[in-house]
Amino acid sequence: MEQYLAVLIFLFAGIGLVLFTFFFSRLIRPANPYKAKNQNYECAEKPIGDSWIKFNNRFYIFALIFVVFDVEAVFLFPWAVAFGRLGLYALIEMIIFIVILIFGLFYAWKRGVLKWV
Amino acid sequence: MTLEVVIFYFAAAVAVAGAVMMILQRNPVASVMYLVISLVAQAILYVQLQALFIGALLIIVYAGAILVLFLFVIMILNLRGEEFRNEKHRPGRAAKIIIPVVFFLEVVAIIKQLAAPPAAGRATEVAADFGSVEMVAGRLFREYLFPFELTSILLLVAIVGAVVMAKRDKGKKEEEA
Amino acid sequence: MEITGIFKYLYELLQSTGLPQVLVDIIALASAAVMIFGVLAVIALFLVWWERKVSAHIQQRFGPMRTGWHGWRQTIADAVKLLQKEDITPSTVDRPVFFWAPVIAFVAAFMVYVTIPFGDGLIVSDLNIGILFIIAITTFTIISLLMAGWGSNNKYALLGGMRSAAQVVSYEVPMVVSVLAVIVFAGSLSMVDIVQSQAKIYKWYFFRLPFGPIAFFTYIIAATAETNRTPFDLPEAEQELVAGFNVEYSGMKFAMFFLAEFVNMFTVSAIGATLFFGGWQGPLLPSWVWFLVKTFALVFVLMWFRWTYPRLRVDQLMEFSWKFLLPVSFANLILAGWMKYSGWFNW
Repeated sequence: MEQYLAVLIFLFAGIGLVLFTFFFSRLIRPANPYKAKNQNYECAEKPIGDSWIKFNNRFYIFALIFVVFDVEAVFLFPWAVAFGRLGLYALIEMIIFIVILIFGLFYAWKRGVLKWV
Repeated sequence: MTLEVVIFYFAAAVAVAGAVMMILQRNPVASVMYLVISLVAQAILYVQLQALFIGALLIIVYAGAILVLFLFVIMILNLRGEEFRNEKHRPGRAAKIIIPVVFFLEVVAIIKQLAAPPAAGRATEVAADFGSVEMVAGRLFREYLFPFELTSILLLVAIVGAVVMAKRDKGKKEEEA
Repeated sequence: MEITGIFKYLYELLQSTGLPQVLVDIIALASAAVMIFGVLAVIALFLVWWERKVSAHIQQRFGPMRTGWHGWRQTIADAVKLLQKEDITPSTVDRPVFFWAPVIAFVAAFMVYVTIPFGDGLIVSDLNIGILFIIAITTFTIISLLMAGWGSNNKYALLGGMRSAAQVVSYEVPMVVSVLAVIVFAGSLSMVDIVQSQAKIYKWYFFRLPFGPIAFFTYIIAATAETNRTPFDLPEAEQELVAGFNVEYSGMKFAMFFLAEFVNMFTVSAIGATLFFGGWQGPLLPSWVWFLVKTFALVFVLMWFRWTYPRLRVDQLMEFSWKFLLPVSFANLILAGWMKYSGWFNW
């Protein structure tokens, strides 16, 4: 596990270095906020309404299909690593696995879900 | 106390604290932030158990895919902190008491079971390559081949479900138009 | 000129102080982290300058010329200026989300360098799940984009963040699958093992026809999209979204996004060089020079894309990934598996 200590150290060092840079710049930068400056940007006009508005659900559909394919890709990792030792049998297994999911992709495609707009 | 133990307690504490903070937040995006912290701590715990593949998988699938889906849902439904305060579908008082009590008893039962001394024959030693990607591959493609192929069917069903939902929404919109 | 020797010497010097081994390791790793932070800052400054020069020369201009030789001091001055800029936090933002988004963006870009091999032996830690670790860490970029977009409470920022996330998500799968094609041949996830499996130039995965070039081109296209660069820069489309998710950011918080963007560009090029072009391997010159040469060559390709192609339309962007890149990368993976099994180029 020793090699994973580096990951932990880098996590904390990364956060620490960013926060230190923020702190350092705070020391040398001006800070003069006032009401007009603290306004949200919207083409130099006063912002109209809130921007936490409802979004089109096409983002959601793509995210959902992405989850499926992401899970699939993760399953492929062990296969790719061990394929050299597993042989033809594993290749056929994987082709079946991929073809089933590609079938799903084509189904979504033909039903017009993959169309943006 | 070795470094490993220190890291374990630290990660465990962060995982629990992150989970608690997650449910205490009113702002759903802040909740997602705490969930990320909790997931990272859990990944550290998996790595300590030498389950490297599971640790990476937890980050890729949960932090990378499912949380993004959550965030999209939050933004699409436009869930806001204030709206939760006067919502109508609050669980009844009975449910508020019964569910935590049942859950607590379950946890106690599990801990009791685990704390019991290992019965004879229960393996306590693991192979040298335990948890590595290679070992997962060996198991997955030899012993658990059928469940693995079934997973692809399950994922296919998920795609079909997404397509049907997308289509239904589109149909509604066309009716309105 | 052997850099590894210097590190070994410093490590032994640290050990000779009589500190416990755990502490020695922690100090060594922490100094490695600080050093990589410095190296990345220098690389980012160089890339900003280089991008300006490349774009200028492609458009038959000169770019910065007045500060030093061909304006080399320009980006240093820019960085110092940015450090002194006021950091404005609009009163309507969601404060914690707004604050942590740039931190996560940078830390995600930074942590990847735990396992990037800069040269023979020049790697912080050769993780045995190397490339999987890199993919896992880079997923945090998506979360930081969405946090920045949502936390800003700005319509442009939110739209930019959503578009960014949708785009990164769409190109993630083709990228991962094209990386998998290489792993099939390398048989390992460790970055060092992948480099060592392509010891001779004819062993580079790029030259293993036909799967190598296909995997590389799907990878580089997906990587361009993942780093939000032209022709896939819709999330930052200056003309319609002003700057996308980072429009409300100023001062050092903006600088962190900017830095992360250029570091990510270097990262995807470094991974491309490692996976397809033999990483640090090459004759005569020291290994780290070869690594930098190959990586900067790929960075140049990305810049070349940017100043040659027009921006895609959003529907073209999404459909290109799902309807072309994804089926092609899966077909290529099956091809790679078959090649490996039948023994083509299996030297």
